[in-house]
Amino acid sequence: MGVGGAKYIRDEKDRIKEVIYESGIRIKPFYTPADLEEVGFNYEQDLGDPGEYPFTRSIHPEGYRSRAWTMRQYTGFGTPRETNERFKFMIAQGQTGLNVAFDLPTQMGLDSDDPLAEGEVGRVGMAVDTLRDFEIAFEGIPLDRIGTGLTINAVASIILAMYQAVAEKYGYSPESISATPQNDILKEMIGRGTWIFPVEPSIKLIGDTIEYSMKVMPKTNPVSVCGYHIRESGATPAQEIAYAILIANAYIEEVVKRGYHVDQFGRGITFNFNVFGNLWENVAKFRAARKLWAKNMKEKWGAKDKQTMFLRGLFGGGGSGLTKEQPIINVVRGAYYALAAALGGAQTTAICSYDEAYTIPTPYSALISLRTLQLLMDEVGLRDTVDPLAGSYFIETLTKKMEEKIIEEMEEIERIGGIKLAVETGYIQRKVARQAYEWQKGLERGEYIKIGVNKYTDPGPLGSEDVKLHEYNPEVAEAQIKALREIKLHRNNREVLRCLNDLKVAAKQGKNVMPYLLEAVKAYATLGEMTSVFKEVYGEFKEPSIF
Amino acid sequence: MERKIKVLIAKPGLDGHDRGAKIVAYALKEAGMEVIYTGLHQTIDSIVATALQEDVDVIGLSILSGAHLTICEKLMKKLREVGLENKPVVVGGVIPQQDIPKLKEMGVKAVFPGGTPLSQVVEGVRQVALQSITREE
Repeated sequence: MGVGGAKYIRDEKDRIKEVIYESGIRIKPFYTPADLEEVGFNYEQDLGDPGEYPFTRSIHPEGYRSRAWTMRQYTGFGTPRETNERFKFMIAQGQTGLNVAFDLPTQMGLDSDDPLAEGEVGRVGMAVDTLRDFEIAFEGIPLDRIGTGLTINAVASIILAMYQAVAEKYGYSPESISATPQNDILKEMIGRGTWIFPVEPSIKLIGDTIEYSMKVMPKTNPVSVCGYHIRESGATPAQEIAYAILIANAYIEEVVKRGYHVDQFGRGITFNFNVFGNLWENVAKFRAARKLWAKNMKEKWGAKDKQTMFLRGLFGGGGSGLTKEQPIINVVRGAYYALAAALGGAQTTAICSYDEAYTIPTPYSALISLRTLQLLMDEVGLRDTVDPLAGSYFIETLTKKMEEKIIEEMEEIERIGGIKLAVETGYIQRKVARQAYEWQKGLERGEYIKIGVNKYTDPGPLGSEDVKLHEYNPEVAEAQIKALREIKLHRNNREVLRCLNDLKVAAKQGKNVMPYLLEAVKAYATLGEMTSVFKEVYGEFKEPSIF
Repeated sequence: MERKIKVLIAKPGLDGHDRGAKIVAYALKEAGMEVIYTGLHQTIDSIVATALQEDVDVIGLSILSGAHLTICEKLMKKLREVGLENKPVVVGGVIPQQDIPKLKEMGVKAVFPGGTPLSQVVEGVRQVALQSITREE
């Protein structure tokens, strides 16, 4: 669709009269030391050296010198076997982490043979029904060296249990593996939409995964809070960070109330932020976010350990910024988005491929994305020095203003009763949907410029012939359903029933469900069976009406 | 005939990407139509039931998951079963060019792939609604 970006007001001679960023910050034609003075910029308090509180510049003293960013393109489609092949291809090409895409039935906790899954099995990601699917998908992947992002939310607890089980099966100890399930349900309720259970039990399950990971899988990051999708839904960059911090705090609260200190688990809470729109606004956003998160952990939660204060995460993607028109120029857009992520100090990254407005990326387009990321690190100098824009009158003023905007947005939500209420009642959903609509109208009026969409619209030879559609193979569903039947036939069904019953009792008693899920997963209980237990105990989320 | 055009905007299947559906809903409302938005994860049965109950003039589906052919086929069949085969259906979302004729063949009246300007969507829905209303009268 293509929204996002600054608003420009020009005179009749095309001179720019006003520049207003999405977060509501007006930009001046030039900046001087007087601007730094006006915003009260102070090196020690606002920046500090890289690796020092408040980590505005970087969480590492040497930034990309000590370690290039982790490249983790989103991958997965069809059967676990096809996905495994693509994983191996991307790793052979130098990718340093995995990021697994699941199909919609899996994300919604439905088995492939569920009538509601018809037509969707293996379509937008890989299909998972039982541990057997993970055994195939991760066969031959060095799980002690490759970290894995798992794009799963409502049923993240189940998928995390599967990941532990498959690692154990292939001889990797739980302490040695590093998974990052998305596991952020509040953002699903704001955008993206793969929610199942109501707010409170959903947050309880997230608490279970954090508590369990802390004890059993310490290298795992149980939550990746996604400002990303909130931004995709129409939030401004400032709102993206504000809502993400508030959401993270809701999950932290759940674990703190169980008697733990944030230094015991806080480092497992990571983020996923978006990068489309204006370059400078994004750079300032990432820098302000690092600082605000560190302050939040220190001042609100009493963190003492530096590691707890680190804002870790994936900055990248930018799907909403890419256009259907002249798709090949999305390669260029992606490169600038990646540049913004690098200048903003992204620790992990991925960018959307040029054909994603049309289709699941082909090996060709996925590899262009990966090479873009590699090129920035190895060829053009992004590893040379940490936070190269620091000290710029403009960037430092903007970072301070961005920080103020983020705090304003956080305060607004606190005023109306907090993030959980704001999501349950649809307050945020209404707000971002309305903004998305206003942007779209602004785009059509030409207030925002998108190349190929409302300026330079003649594609010439840059049409959609550059896109090769990923062919959905309907036999995938048949094969998946057949494999599921086989498993149900050969597993110990009595053991499965016992495990599911234990799971139900544990859920009803409010115990941490993770050990029970692990047992059920190992007995080859299906995702749908375990989800049904949760539905029975917890009920289902009712989407607030926003119109 | 000065009554408001009534449109159902529905999100069938499991796809949770609803920014487009909501934007279109706002645009149709602003153009003076009455819009009913179903919310996410709707089954075909529930969409058809709502269409019947609310007596809408147009059913608009928003599908970004790639499952549009399966979903539309099921919807058209269900509409025939309940005697609503004349209720016009329009579809928006991630729809490859090559699938548009297939959808039209199934009886879908208009397709608005991602990137269609809002004014075109609004006009398209209005045209389809007016044709259907005229035929009824």
